[in-house]
Amino acid sequence: MFVGAVFFPLLGATLAGFFGRWLGDKVSQWITVACMVLAAICGVSAFAQVAMGHAPTTVPIVTWMDVGSLEFSWALRYDTLSVMMVAMVTCISTLIHLYSVGYMSHDATIPRFFAYLSLFTFMMLMLVTADNLVQLFFGWEGVGLASYLLIGYWYERESANRAAMKAFIVNRVGDLFFTLGVALTFWTFGTVEFPAIFAAVPQHANDTFMGIRSLELIGVLLFLGACGKSAQIGLHVWLPDAMEGPTPVSALIHAATMVTAGVFLMARMSPLMEYAPVALTVVTIVGATTALFAATIGCVQNDIKRVIAYSTCSQLGYMFFAVGVGAYQGAVFHLFTHAFFKALLFLGAGSVIHAMSDEQDIRRMGGIWTKIPVTYAVMWIGSLALAGVPFFAGYYSKDFVLEAAYAAHSGAGMYAFACGIVAAFLTAFYSWRLIILTFHGTPRADHHTMEHVHESPLVMLIPLLLLAAGAILTGYLFAPLFIGHHWQEFWNGAIVNGEHNHIMHAAHETPEWVGLLPTVVGVAGIALAYALYMFFPEVPGRLARSFRGLYLFLLNKWYFDELYDAIFVRPTRRLAMFLWKVGDARIIDGVPNGAAALSVDASRGLVRLQSGRVASYAFAMLIGLVILVSLFLIGRIR
Amino acid sequence: MNAAGFPLLSLLTFLPLAGAVFIMSVRGDDATVAANARWTALWTSLLVFALSLILWFRFDTSTADFQFVEQIDWLPEFGVGYHMGVDGMSVLFVLLSTLLTPLCILASWESVQTRVRDYMIAFLVLETMMVGMFCALDFILFYIFFEAVLIPMFLIIGVWGGPRRVYAAFKFFLYTLLGSVLMLLAILAIWYRFGTTDIPTLFAQPALPTSWQAWIFFAFLASFAVKVPMWPVHTWLPDAHVEAPTAGSVILAGVLLKMGGYGFLRFSLPLLPNASAEFAPLIFALSVIAVVYTSLVALAQEDMKKLIAYSSVAHMGIVTIGLFTFNQQGLAGSIFQMLSHGVVSGALFLCVGVLYDRVHSREIARYGGVAKIMPSYALVFMLFTMASIGLPGTAGFVGEFLVIVGAWHASPWLAFGAALGMILGACYMLWLYRRVIFGRITRDDLRALLDLSPREYAVFAPLILLTLWMGVYPQSFLSFFEVSVAALIQRHEAALSLPRLAGIAP
Repeated sequence: MFVGAVFFPLLGATLAGFFGRWLGDKVSQWITVACMVLAAICGVSAFAQVAMGHAPTTVPIVTWMDVGSLEFSWALRYDTLSVMMVAMVTCISTLIHLYSVGYMSHDATIPRFFAYLSLFTFMMLMLVTADNLVQLFFGWEGVGLASYLLIGYWYERESANRAAMKAFIVNRVGDLFFTLGVALTFWTFGTVEFPAIFAAVPQHANDTFMGIRSLELIGVLLFLGACGKSAQIGLHVWLPDAMEGPTPVSALIHAATMVTAGVFLMARMSPLMEYAPVALTVVTIVGATTALFAATIGCVQNDIKRVIAYSTCSQLGYMFFAVGVGAYQGAVFHLFTHAFFKALLFLGAGSVIHAMSDEQDIRRMGGIWTKIPVTYAVMWIGSLALAGVPFFAGYYSKDFVLEAAYAAHSGAGMYAFACGIVAAFLTAFYSWRLIILTFHGTPRADHHTMEHVHESPLVMLIPLLLLAAGAILTGYLFAPLFIGHHWQEFWNGAIVNGEHNHIMHAAHETPEWVGLLPTVVGVAGIALAYALYMFFPEVPGRLARSFRGLYLFLLNKWYFDELYDAIFVRPTRRLAMFLWKVGDARIIDGVPNGAAALSVDASRGLVRLQSGRVASYAFAMLIGLVILVSLFLIGRIR
Repeated sequence: MNAAGFPLLSLLTFLPLAGAVFIMSVRGDDATVAANARWTALWTSLLVFALSLILWFRFDTSTADFQFVEQIDWLPEFGVGYHMGVDGMSVLFVLLSTLLTPLCILASWESVQTRVRDYMIAFLVLETMMVGMFCALDFILFYIFFEAVLIPMFLIIGVWGGPRRVYAAFKFFLYTLLGSVLMLLAILAIWYRFGTTDIPTLFAQPALPTSWQAWIFFAFLASFAVKVPMWPVHTWLPDAHVEAPTAGSVILAGVLLKMGGYGFLRFSLPLLPNASAEFAPLIFALSVIAVVYTSLVALAQEDMKKLIAYSSVAHMGIVTIGLFTFNQQGLAGSIFQMLSHGVVSGALFLCVGVLYDRVHSREIARYGGVAKIMPSYALVFMLFTMASIGLPGTAGFVGEFLVIVGAWHASPWLAFGAALGMILGACYMLWLYRRVIFGRITRDDLRALLDLSPREYAVFAPLILLTLWMGVYPQSFLSFFEVSVAALIQRHEAALSLPRLAGIAP
């Protein structure tokens, strides 16, 4: 069961990937789906046993490396944190596999798609069940690879290739810090295995490295790694572009699972992070800033998937600042509910795109809600959950996260609370802007497209409906477990709060208005969206014209891409050319006066080489030997 | 002493030479000679590989001593002997050489059509020299093999190479020869000091006076740095690779580059502990420059082989960083990196060779959209690209990771410099992959390409297997050199803790 949950997807990926050509499209796609169903069954029963039955366990597989004192193994660690992730990942991945059967039915290389998707799931499961930092890194890079392959799935498109490369390289920037963090962890603790690290944290609490507390430095380095994977401000630039991939990929990788790996890492390292208050403050500020920043951009984007992508980025910010104030449980809970409603939103968007003959620009949609009522309904449910409207999933988690930020009673916490509230308003606003522009109003698509608007097939609707159920129920059902009064019993030590960290308790004790405010601003955001786009549709255009600078600033995503292009990409290219043409060709090859002399030699040698008898070279070697022996004898006589 | 019961290492070394002699004796028309030469070379090298597997199974990993030792007096009055043996640090290089040679012969099966006989002879002689070099336990013997490797390689580039082959061959020869002359002087100095060139005997001697060490260190450096190659003496490598035939590049990247690293490991570190410690910062600086500089240069390349050649320099920079960290992780990582680079870069050159055989161009812009017509090839290329980038689970990760961990102990900035290679490596390899494999097919002649042939599958299969095996269970390789590395570090630390004598000869 424990092994099956992780390795069934690998089996599916291998079969579809290597034998897809012989198995055919139909067989290979259903094999991967079947493997995923088996994995999900294993995952859910593991959840029942480990989390509900309070029986954490570790399944060792085999030693990976053992070099000096650096020793770690391949192993599957099942505690509440990882088993909750395993259950969530396998279930959502199964639904998305199923959805893809419908969505990708016209694709040319179906086995390849499913192989990648299953490979991704396997890597994600390796990541969450890792027992040491290096195996976590294996999964971390593995999901990066799968994400790269899937973003660039339609490899004939230049834009897809560019986005795929960008995603991989930006992630690598984070990975560099991750690797250094692992190195420092090893030299601090003498191990990279979680149980040993966590046990030794208190005794290394005051170690310093180059004048900085080691634990703070480890915390910051790992957080920088997390920033890459989880698209936090500065390293977020790859996420919107990643929408070049097929929509099921965006739902699975760039919303529900992979991008939350950074949050998972922080929660996993909670015993260490608890001793690194400065690092946590950094996490809070970066997370809060991302939450707000991404929400502002989301308000003006016109690509349906990009709006949702920025929304993901923003929600990840919420999770990070929850981590920053010490409410890891809240962060993981938001991660959990977010996975359902965000996957739902993406798949819903996919259904819209499918219906609109691959149109993604919401300015060319509208007036289709009667034609695709199920999609319309699930988009509403997803948006309600995202906006944190009471009794939908997001309400429980987002409220808790904001309450925790408020309850932290620190400067950073208040900053996060303020950012979070504004972002909550904007979230509700752009969600309904999206719904209204997409579904309501007069049809803006051409006649031909409108004729073809149709509801998706059943194989796509079933996952949508199941995810919709998740988006409604997961908050209500799981809030008592994740963040309720018995959270300690549920988490069972998988997440550690320091002895002075009472945030889990304090978050329940905040004033009434703190709990109400997110709902109020959420409703206000919805109202504003209705006002601007439903009732006075000419206002947004006028606003954009009168605040043209701000509008362009947001539309161009705060000019991050342009900035990076100017300070990293272009100078690097120029430097590369300079080093090659000048450094290597002129200076290094020029100094020994080599080039000229060599070519003279070479032309003379040419004649001899053409005669090319091996014997003559053996003879040359013999001469060398003679010289050598004579040198010897000379030395000896002395 | 000898676990095999017969002189295995000599057999491994000279069997290829016997094969070469046999090929030389074949008479008949061109086609017969060519066919005979191919098959003889293949079977000889396969036999050598099969025999070398005895090393894999019978090698005792629990000791740092030399094993499978053979010793015959040669010039006893000069303290020079024929002394062969392997320890944990060299045994896997022997296996790497014996593995790559048959693959190279197989890879050149159809692509080499001119003077097939000479070509096969050159490869077998090359194998003799490579295996002999890794087995030699006498300095003079080592030197002979070390130098003699140049000759067949020089010929392979110069005769079967591309248009500028003569320039490249001479550049290769001159660079490496100049370094070697200084090494010869150093060997003479050592012999003058101790009266013997027997390596195990030298290890048992007290370390050289510090002033000697410095001179000898630089003499060795001159030779090994060119071979590695380290910045700034690396420019012969791209030229040599570009002009060499595919199989020549494979051996050059796979084995010949390791000779430098092996030289440091076998001679500089144990014989010159003080100088090695003292000049480690210099090596670090040159290595970090190599990693960053050549990665950037690789980014600008328009020729597939040149790009991979530059990436080799960057990867070898990681190796030299690890060697001089003097901790278990760094050293083991660096040996592992050499092995994995041997497999992965060899495989990458083979990948380029596959396209070159079909289209006869190495220019990146000439390609695009290959994934559509050669899906299996695209998959294989992707695997090795990822291994080159150092994705965990492939061979490339283990060495890089261990070196970074080891380097952190020396200095975090050093680790940072080494880790920059992670980002830049991803940049140039993905950029290469994207331009060659992805995109739309723009050239009509590409549409007719055939996917991998069974022969090509046979060449790639062992390398694929090895890349994954080394990545998932590196322990079966790491365990070979764990004890040897530990012994080396122990000896190094002991030597450093001794008070230094004044730099005078006895």
